Amino acid sequence: MDTKEIIKPENRVYGKSPVLTDVVMHYCPGCSHGVIHKLIAEVIEEMGIQEKTIGVSPVGCAVFAYNYLHIDWQQAAHGRAPAVATATKRLYPDKYVFTYQGDGDLAAIGTAETIHACNRGENIVIIFINNAIYGMTGGQMSPLTLEGQVTATTPLGRRADLNGYPLKITDLVAQLEGTCYVTRQSVQNAGAVRKAKKAIRKAFENSAGGKGTSFIEMVSSCNSGWKLTPVAANRWMEENLFPFYPIGDLKDK
Amino acid sequence: MAEKILLKGNEAIAIAAIRCGCDGYFSYPITPQSEIMETLMDERPWETTGMVVLQAESEVASINMLYGGASCGKKVMTSSSSPGISLMCEGLSYLAGAELPCLVVNVVRGGPGLGSIQASQADYFQAVKGGGHGDYRLIVLAPSSVQEMYDCVDLSFELAFKYRNPAMILADGVIGQMMEKVELREEKRRLTDAEIATLYGSWATTGKPANRKGNVITSLAMDSEVHEKFNLKLLEKYRQINEHEVRFEKVACDDAEHLIVAYGSCARICEKAVELAREEGIKVGLLRPITLYPYPSKAIDEMTAQLKDILAVEMSAGQMVEDVRLAVNGKIPVAHFGRIGGIIPTPEEVVAALKNRIQ
Amino acid sequence: MAMKGAIVVDREKCKGCGVCVVNCPVQVIALTKEVNGKGYPMADMARPEACTGCANCATVCPDSVITVYRVKV
Repeated sequence: MDTKEIIKPENRVYGKSPVLTDVVMHYCPGCSHGVIHKLIAEVIEEMGIQEKTIGVSPVGCAVFAYNYLHIDWQQAAHGRAPAVATATKRLYPDKYVFTYQGDGDLAAIGTAETIHACNRGENIVIIFINNAIYGMTGGQMSPLTLEGQVTATTPLGRRADLNGYPLKITDLVAQLEGTCYVTRQSVQNAGAVRKAKKAIRKAFENSAGGKGTSFIEMVSSCNSGWKLTPVAANRWMEENLFPFYPIGDLKDK
Repeated sequence: MAEKILLKGNEAIAIAAIRCGCDGYFSYPITPQSEIMETLMDERPWETTGMVVLQAESEVASINMLYGGASCGKKVMTSSSSPGISLMCEGLSYLAGAELPCLVVNVVRGGPGLGSIQASQADYFQAVKGGGHGDYRLIVLAPSSVQEMYDCVDLSFELAFKYRNPAMILADGVIGQMMEKVELREEKRRLTDAEIATLYGSWATTGKPANRKGNVITSLAMDSEVHEKFNLKLLEKYRQINEHEVRFEKVACDDAEHLIVAYGSCARICEKAVELAREEGIKVGLLRPITLYPYPSKAIDEMTAQLKDILAVEMSAGQMVEDVRLAVNGKIPVAHFGRIGGIIPTPEEVVAALKNRIQ
Repeated sequence: MAMKGAIVVDREKCKGCGVCVVNCPVQVIALTKEVNGKGYPMADMARPEACTGCANCATVCPDSVITVYRVKV
């Protein structure tokens, strides 16, 4: 059968979500951000909540997230997205409000806002991109950088005695009464992507149900920051990040 | 006749917020203004008007909650005192940069650092010159009575929304803590979500309907040309504010040869000082700025022809006096008198300072 | 029943990251030798006859440049 005969509108089984804009993403080739943006767009599309969703973008690589999804966006100061989302959700309880934050934004400068929004059980979704590095500023150490991991500010590898320990903030968040769903996902292969999408959908449904805060850590790759090819970065992530940040649900109540 | 009740300045802020249709208050306790949140928690407006009241984990969180609420076109406010306002300065810069309307109340206490919990006016520079980073301005109102504390809440929201700019009430511990009779103005109801979507749909993030593009609240502009254009737009807005929103009060100025310029609680003391000085035959008047930004520079300049000199009286080491000097631009001498560290000057001290200046 | 698939790549938007290449279970996709306007090689159906339209490639594509078509044969 000729390819031309297959490529017909009636045979289309998968393509770009109309919730995504046509703007070419500024992310590096192979970056996990693009996949996660797509999953959020697909969940919004499938739930039919485009008119009711408000996103809060961070400071970091994902600052421009607002260019890529056809929804209303607020771009927060560094680390403050959970506070911004708190007010938005409390003032518009029928809307779906989510934050999208990296590991520097959420777990360093914004730790207090993260912990307290989760502890109050704000009915928001927090999507937390953990690539164990500061991508936007050129690959410096983040709180979630592994011991021994080489970054621009730990050129000989992270040392606990000098730089402290990697912060398992998702484990911490899971301890809080206010969170209803805490999970760790990834998007390096098709199976993982499909699971991650289910998690995002569940989180959005939770926020409508008033169950508390849903928190999704996406263990992600930063091939530029790690100085690897996209494919090698995904492999490095599986071999190094997954043992320390294991994939799966930490809490589901 | 309108109802009058006895209120503390801080309580007046809280009652006025509920009665003018405020949608949300987010704050962190700090002396000397904690009564604002306490009054709101007592009044439980979430059961009546639906107003959200939330005790945040920090001033940093509060100001960013304002960013979220204001992004949605809601009437949101916070209150704090000097050290807390310092923590909010980043957020204020973002709010100004994203052109968001909101109200921040600063019941000023002594600084720098943890300072004192007594009344002070030493946050003038922070309020009117910036505080956070970048070329931005807040609309700053300085009430000098409990009634004005009450009235400034609605006025601040009105100006904030008119210009899409954060507004600040710059009060001090005296006005915050003292009790006076307050006339309660007619109640305004909160806007509905549908009304907000209609009024502010061109910019507010109320959820993107199918018939418009997504709204984005941001202060980020990577392109220098775009960013310069945006800054010029802000400057034009500030020019409009200066042209249309200057507010001040003059007392005994018609035949004045000397002028005192003072705001807030200091202006009350200076009003008494004018009375005492006039009893001694000194022809002195008082100009009380009600808006500190925009500053009544023109009004002061217009008086220079009749004046010999000006005395700026403030509870600071000399901050507003710089704006008085800019206003008269060297035409007549301008001096400063102030007490600092939480000490409130007496009318007699002001008269003595005035005489000292004249001699 | 067998499935026959095909993909269409938005060549100008593809960044040539190659994540689709390793995620294709039947090794249909390869990166082109030539580059697009941005200087990237592009994902391309090197072995179209093997494609089952499973959509794994499009699922993992960070830039949503792959559209998948499938028919039963």
